[in-house]
Amino acid sequence: MQTSKNGNAFTNNPIVKAIGLQRIVVVLAVILEAIFFSAMSASFRQYATVVSILDYSYYITFMAIGVTFCLISGGNDLSVGAGMICYALAGGYLVQQVGWPVWAGMLVTIVMGLCFGVLNGTMVAIMNLPPFIATLCTMLITRGLGSILTGGMAVSWPSRKGVGGWFRSIFKIIGTGNGIPKGTIIPIGFALVLLSIIVMTVVLNKTKVGRYIIAIGSNKEAARLSGVNVVKYQMMAYIISGFFAGLAGIAYAATFSSSVAPGTGPGLELDAIGAAIIGGTSMTGGQGSVIGTLLGVFVMSLLKTGLPYIGLQANWQQIITALVLIGAIYIDVLKNKKTA
Amino acid sequence: MGEVILTMKGIDKSFPGVHALDHVDLEVCRGEVHALMGENGAGKSTLMKVLTGIYTKDSGTITYEGREVEFHNPREAQAAGIVIVHQELNMMNHLTVAQNIFIGREFMKGKLIDDARMNAEAKKLFTQLGIDINPAEKMGNLTVGKQQMCEIAKAISHEAKVIIFDEPSAALTEAEIDELFKIIRDLREKQLGIVYISHRMDEIKVITDRVTVMRDGGYVGTLITEQCTKDDIINMMVGRVIYEEPKTKSMVPPDAPVVLKVEHLNAGKMVQDVSFELHKGEILGFSGLMGAGRTETARALFGADPKESGDIYVNGKKVDIKSPEDAVKHGIGYLSEDRKRYGIVVGKTVAENSTMANLRDFVKGLFIDKKKENKITNDYIDRLKTKTPSVDQLVINLSGGNQQKVVLAKWLVKNCDILIFDEPTRGIDVGAKSEIYHLMNELAAAGKSIIMISSEMTEILRMSDRIVVMCEGRKTAEIDIAEATQENIMHAATLR
Repeated sequence: MQTSKNGNAFTNNPIVKAIGLQRIVVVLAVILEAIFFSAMSASFRQYATVVSILDYSYYITFMAIGVTFCLISGGNDLSVGAGMICYALAGGYLVQQVGWPVWAGMLVTIVMGLCFGVLNGTMVAIMNLPPFIATLCTMLITRGLGSILTGGMAVSWPSRKGVGGWFRSIFKIIGTGNGIPKGTIIPIGFALVLLSIIVMTVVLNKTKVGRYIIAIGSNKEAARLSGVNVVKYQMMAYIISGFFAGLAGIAYAATFSSSVAPGTGPGLELDAIGAAIIGGTSMTGGQGSVIGTLLGVFVMSLLKTGLPYIGLQANWQQIITALVLIGAIYIDVLKNKKTA
Repeated sequence: MGEVILTMKGIDKSFPGVHALDHVDLEVCRGEVHALMGENGAGKSTLMKVLTGIYTKDSGTITYEGREVEFHNPREAQAAGIVIVHQELNMMNHLTVAQNIFIGREFMKGKLIDDARMNAEAKKLFTQLGIDINPAEKMGNLTVGKQQMCEIAKAISHEAKVIIFDEPSAALTEAEIDELFKIIRDLREKQLGIVYISHRMDEIKVITDRVTVMRDGGYVGTLITEQCTKDDIINMMVGRVIYEEPKTKSMVPPDAPVVLKVEHLNAGKMVQDVSFELHKGEILGFSGLMGAGRTETARALFGADPKESGDIYVNGKKVDIKSPEDAVKHGIGYLSEDRKRYGIVVGKTVAENSTMANLRDFVKGLFIDKKKENKITNDYIDRLKTKTPSVDQLVINLSGGNQQKVVLAKWLVKNCDILIFDEPTRGIDVGAKSEIYHLMNELAAAGKSIIMISSEMTEILRMSDRIVVMCEGRKTAEIDIAEATQENIMHAATLR
């Protein structure tokens, strides 16, 4: 977030400016959230909770990275939640029922994400459909398709001890006694998340793809008149989003021991959109950061983990997620009004 | 002035129903600043769009650097060295200055963008132009003037040989204009050909070498700036025969009460200290060139845009208008220049549109009294001679003139005594035009008071009892119709 020219002493402080006021606020929000849940519940204060927060953060981060690119391009991607589950269902079905090796199932999951990214990109960039509606339709398609592919049944990716269970160690290593003490959990998925964040930060700020996506979100006509292939780069935002939705599907399947069930995806995209907007990405395009999104992810995953500890289950979580989202978008609206 | 670099000859362009360019000529030399002048709608922008390939010409030739050329899009023109610095700036506010200048042709270091080099190159450009702008600053943080300097820098970085400035000074401060002129003189020194579109007479005298005047899509003539006076140019701009008989004297009795008084109205840059009075039964014309602040004044008065200060009196009583709702309550109706956006709901019926502003009077219990709605709507269809098969016709199916009548009916149903007509005949064919004029005269005779904003000189002279002229957000003249001429109005409209 750019601080306004006539801010106060705090907002004009060079350190505050360099980090960005919004990021400081978000970090404070995460800390306050953690303190709040810790104070409210003794059982929250344990290592398992940290692991659980991270478990949630993996798939939300992947979805949110993609959504960040779509938002910056001036669009949105509502299909990542349903899509993620659909791709994981398809990949898991091939592994569980057809007997494909796990790596092939994972590849299918990612390729499906890419395909639906191309579909979204085609609708938005070539057919000029409003991103909101186009990706909403893709949400419905992927939700329906997920059920059809598996005959409406839930799909279990291999368990940790089963054949092909190695893929779960991509995100979480559980010690077995040789080398690592038995039962110790090492959440190495976080390293993967950090790597993705760094790579996509460079893509956004240092490559043509990122630069043109920002340009299109800022002023599409100006970008077009400057000779930017707006169709190609707008499409690219959705393909990136599709790819990361595929990764999110794998992360989801790998981190949660329960099976992947059809119909569970819709609604999850709001976690991702919320994370991106809380992280300072603008609904109106042209502005956003991948690192900010990661911070936003932790606001969301802390909520998801913490709320059950204070007795608020799934239904309440939905309401609170929605309220947080409304708040974040309202701040974005106010921010844009000020700079307009 | 050097050799000729660009010649446009006999350029002709028609759009459905409009002959936009009628065999227009333009010649630009190296090291020349060539003014292109004309009233609103004279065809200046169209001509430049033909030059840069946004429009295709129907006939005529463009010769550039000795060869006949035809560009198919602005990029081709740009590659050849012809660049427009637009009035509406084509900037990406979220990117930095350097990123904007080099968009589409970034310096790369392998797969990554070399921002450091782009900043350095931009710095070089600015030094060359003698401007002080930080290339790493976000574009959105710059003033409009600085943004324009960036556009110029971008044009030069394309190795432009001809630069077209489309009303560059419209949004600039005095100091910024001085800086702009310094740069333009510098470019002239470097033997670039410069086309300078502006309405400002004084600037033309200061900065340009020759002036080409256009009128109603036609070519009027080219003068050497040094050898002509401001009046020569104005005469060329307005010297059209007026087919419609202008009003010769005001129809308002001298003792007519003041129904609306606006004092020291301020709303942003476009409305600065505007004061005027409107009498009962008067048609008060608002004249001025594009961007003079007439619509903005009306919108601020109507409460559609926030105002900073100023008092409004209706029938001698001071009123507080904060929203269109307040304005309507005080009997003010506004017929927008953009009917489809602000005036009517095109997907609704004539009846629904007619009663929209005053639905409260048509409600019986919980429901809308359809019978009453139809009756009143029919009354107004008869009175205004609206051509519609029935009250249930969707407004989208009506012609522009009849749509305008539906909007008018809406405000009359609401019993508005003060009507603001913003470009009442824009996009309306000739026959319907005179019907609208007739209606406005009838309304005025019946005691309604009308503010008419119009960019058409003939319309202003034919309809108004008195004329307020605005220029750049300020009222520059108030002329009684008996003394009004095209020349003195245009003079006030270009006053700075």
